[in-house]
Amino acid sequence: MEYTAKKKSSVFGRLLSYLKHYLFFFIVSLFLTVITVVCTLLVPVFSGQAIDYIISSGNVDFNMVFQMLLKIAIAIICGVLSQYFTGCINNVITFKIVKDLRNEVFEKLHELPVSYIDSMATGEMISRCITDIEQISDGLFMGFSQIFNGVLTIICTIIFMLMINPVITLFVVILTPASFMLTKFIASKTHEMFVKQSSSRGDLTALTDEALENMKLIYAFDHKEESRSEFDKKNAVLAEHSLKATFYSSLVNPSTRLIYSTLYAIVTIAGGFTVIGGAMTVGNLSAFLGYTNQYSKPFNEITGTITEFQNALASASRVFEILDAPGTEDPSALPCDKSSIKGNVSIKDVYFSYNPEVPLIKNFSLEVKSGQRIAIVGPTGCGKTTMINLLMRFYDADSGTISIDGKPINEMSHIELRSHYGMVLQDIWLKTGTIRENIAYGVPNATDEQIRNAAKSAYISDYIDRLPDGYDTVITEGGGNLSLGQKQLLCIARVMLADPPMLILDEATSSVDSMTEIRISKAFDKLMTGRTSFVVAHRLSTIVNSDVILVMNNGSIVEQGTHEELLAKKGFYYNIYQSQFAH
Amino acid sequence: MKTKSLWHYLSSRKKETVLAPLFKMLEACFELFIPLLVADIIDTGIKSGDTGYIVRRGILMIFFGILGFTLAVIAQYFSAKCAIGVSSDLRRDLFYHISELNYKNLDEAGLSSLITGMTSDINQVQNGVNWALRLFLRSPFIVFGAAIMASTISPAASVIFWITIAVLIFIIVLIMKLSMPLTAKVQKQLETVTRSFKENITGVRVVRAFNSQPSEKRAFNTNQDELYRRQIKVGKISSALNPLTFAVINAAIIFILWTGAINVDTGVLSQGQIIALINYMSQILVELIKFANIVLIVSKAMACFKRVKNILSIEPVLANGAKKIDASSAIDIKLENVSFAFDKKGGNALENISFHISKGTHAGIIGATGSGKTTLINLIARFYERSCGSILINDIPIEDYDIASLTSHISLVPQKSVLFRGTLRENLKWGNSEASDEECFDALKDSCAYDFIMEKGNGLDLYVAQSGSNFSGGQRQRLAIARALMKKSGLLILDDSYSALDYATESHIKNSVFNHRDNCTVLTVSQRVSSIYNSDIIIVLDNGSVAGIGKHSELIKTCPVYNEICLSQNFNEEAN
Repeated sequence: MEYTAKKKSSVFGRLLSYLKHYLFFFIVSLFLTVITVVCTLLVPVFSGQAIDYIISSGNVDFNMVFQMLLKIAIAIICGVLSQYFTGCINNVITFKIVKDLRNEVFEKLHELPVSYIDSMATGEMISRCITDIEQISDGLFMGFSQIFNGVLTIICTIIFMLMINPVITLFVVILTPASFMLTKFIASKTHEMFVKQSSSRGDLTALTDEALENMKLIYAFDHKEESRSEFDKKNAVLAEHSLKATFYSSLVNPSTRLIYSTLYAIVTIAGGFTVIGGAMTVGNLSAFLGYTNQYSKPFNEITGTITEFQNALASASRVFEILDAPGTEDPSALPCDKSSIKGNVSIKDVYFSYNPEVPLIKNFSLEVKSGQRIAIVGPTGCGKTTMINLLMRFYDADSGTISIDGKPINEMSHIELRSHYGMVLQDIWLKTGTIRENIAYGVPNATDEQIRNAAKSAYISDYIDRLPDGYDTVITEGGGNLSLGQKQLLCIARVMLADPPMLILDEATSSVDSMTEIRISKAFDKLMTGRTSFVVAHRLSTIVNSDVILVMNNGSIVEQGTHEELLAKKGFYYNIYQSQFAH
Repeated sequence: MKTKSLWHYLSSRKKETVLAPLFKMLEACFELFIPLLVADIIDTGIKSGDTGYIVRRGILMIFFGILGFTLAVIAQYFSAKCAIGVSSDLRRDLFYHISELNYKNLDEAGLSSLITGMTSDINQVQNGVNWALRLFLRSPFIVFGAAIMASTISPAASVIFWITIAVLIFIIVLIMKLSMPLTAKVQKQLETVTRSFKENITGVRVVRAFNSQPSEKRAFNTNQDELYRRQIKVGKISSALNPLTFAVINAAIIFILWTGAINVDTGVLSQGQIIALINYMSQILVELIKFANIVLIVSKAMACFKRVKNILSIEPVLANGAKKIDASSAIDIKLENVSFAFDKKGGNALENISFHISKGTHAGIIGATGSGKTTLINLIARFYERSCGSILINDIPIEDYDIASLTSHISLVPQKSVLFRGTLRENLKWGNSEASDEECFDALKDSCAYDFIMEKGNGLDLYVAQSGSNFSGGQRQRLAIARALMKKSGLLILDDSYSALDYATESHIKNSVFNHRDNCTVLTVSQRVSSIYNSDIIIVLDNGSVAGIGKHSELIKTCPVYNEICLSQNFNEEAN
């Protein structure tokens, strides 16, 4: 993406606005930086002056030397303290802002409509919240203080040098940008080689990933030799490109060193002439040489930080993109009526599409009475989850109304609507945490007994009791200690405990062992008793026992009715039934 | 195989390994002369007002600079060449080694560690070697060289150099030692924050369904507070490095000036020499900090090399036999009391399995997920070694065969249908590298893939994306079957290979497989009764044990597990 200068400055301005809570710290930090820079630069001046009092044998003014050394010592102490505290204060500012930004992104995450989150890859979201914000802290705030320090050092150095001798200063000021330009020149020349290197590295990585992931297949087909020779070819190309990129980029250091050693020599010669001419002392020359040595440092640092700074701005605009994403989940602050409901659902003339050009649900109406079971069936990818999205208002219908006990759901707050439903999805989601925490997810203040009862109703309590840590067993990220089926039972227990009047269930298609399968279906049946349930169904018994079957294909509802009605129709449902269930 | 050390890789490019640091050291030598030249200019040139002398010395300084530059460029070239050579060799060795490994080795090593080894670990090694060659000698050389040069000026003054060096090293090591474990803690907490964020994205529907956004926000804030606390803690320590080293160096300069003043007064030292001593002191700090960074890079590289070496030291555990398999006939398989465990700690994945599949039989293996079906066929192909019992192939123990000969006589359609990046022809030729286009087309026809391939145009030159992602699941499955059919072998194993196909396609493929391959034993693994019910022999697996062996008509009466599977799938023979 290209960032225009205008956009850049607005991103930068916005980032600065995060500073305003820490303005005091920031001003202190700037003030301390000035002290640090001045103290650091005074040391060569004072030591130069000391040298001027150490002329030759018998010609040493110890009193003045001592005074100068005292001055150096004071400069060091002030410099050290201010440098240390600048560092600490900058850390506070940076990490606080990072924290603020991250919390803001997290807040936003839960305000955004599900459609936005669905449209963005998980990895992308994570990298914006974690890596990009990290980059902002590294590049921007740390970078800002470094650049400030660097620029200040350069300006002060020039002033100090001008005070000693303007002519020699001119040499330094003119020659330094040369090294700067040389670095840039080499960087631009090597850029192309780095592009080649990263493309051939990507090529090799793709090959390696593919081969390693499928090494067993390579083994089974005895395809070793072929894959090796392909690897060798790509490895050789990478080596060639890497060599060029590494070598040419490694020329930067010796080249800048060459420029500085030349500069150093010129300053020495010119300084020597000036001292002989009487316009400068030997101590001045020593201070000059000290400055020439140090002068390159801020330039190198600024070059480095500017790249980081650019990256940080790009990162920031990616983060702001999330923060500025339009639409919120629950714009109106509707009152939350938590009174109990019967569970009559009425769907009237609903139209919906994810993309206006592809209408999905057209003119859909359905009356569901309290306690009825609605099965949603259809081939994989037919859009069964669309129904879940509409009922839970993860997405809003384009037109038409869905009401619960006569009250349209878009006149309810999300909290109210969702408290009526219990949901078990096919994509099992458990938190990293104990089994207890997971079962009590919807009811954080549940008692142990309630948790245990919920587990019992979900046929998972025996298994939990057998675990060494019982209900305190920690479910890790991958959930390696629990099988897929057991995890689904935990999800069921979670809903059992919340005890909602209505249900949305997605039966798992993934195969689990037969014992667990039986448990899951028993648990589902128990859960559905007496509750209005919408089930994305895969099992025949669930489908046949439903009050209404919605048959979906390509995202839209193609048929609706009872099992018998639909079979008699000999339409799409009949075909699915024949191919999937009646062999 | 004996694993090679890093020295081995370096010693195979002796010239570069030696010359790179050597030229770097020479460069450093010229750098070390500069302060002496400056002292000379001050003490001789300026004092006597000899401008010609100043210019001559100044030009010598520039000449040294150019010489140093040339030497550095040569050194950079050698070190880049060496580092890239090492990483390239190492990468090749590692890849070759991994392709030697068998299933068990691969399971134990784990895919992610193999990929990290091949990519980031080796890159780190390359980086480490490159920096080490350039600076591992140069930096200490300048540091100690500066101290030695100082002692040529004034033996007494050099003491302060050695003390300063020691104190600086102490400070750098101390701060690193203190901050490293704290940095690790920051990293760990950052992972927690990341995980918490990720969970809220993947579980956004559940979080909202339970209305638990407020508690999730609280949890996230708590994690963030902890991260902040740890960051500040490590910051307090690492912020001390620069001020402390600055203080030490300048304290040493104060000392040099004071003792220098005394020595100049007594005529032992000159003014220019004091300036030289101060210059040497300033050189030390920069190089020591560089050196500390190099130590970090190199120790990281060594850790990475060690991980790579661990992979290289995995010994393929299967003993290879000498017998070649009779390629002209179908394979006869007999298992007697075979048990198998993936590792010693876990229980048996297969328990006491015995059966006989005679030459040319079409056998079916059925059972729920996790019942051991795939494990069983992996033992038959000797991808894994059984733990006990015996497996006889054509009445000879399986371990007496040459593994390559065995593998080449088995065609496998794996559970996961993967294709490789390249052309369709290349993919099909996996089964038979000498196959003609004609044979490719035959295999495609037999696997019901011919029509959709022809529709796409390009014929056998059709491009296949990584993992075959430009085909649908069902198409990939048919191409994987075609690939296996290319191989003329005595045993065809279909591991759940019809799962993405509709019934008509499945039965068409089954017909062509059975009709065209009379000289072949066929093993079909499935969870679906419809895929295997008409096999000559059906083996029912349940939790790693045989629950029944026989024909469909027998099993449905005698084997409760089989009967249950049929019922759960509403299987009805007449309907087929």
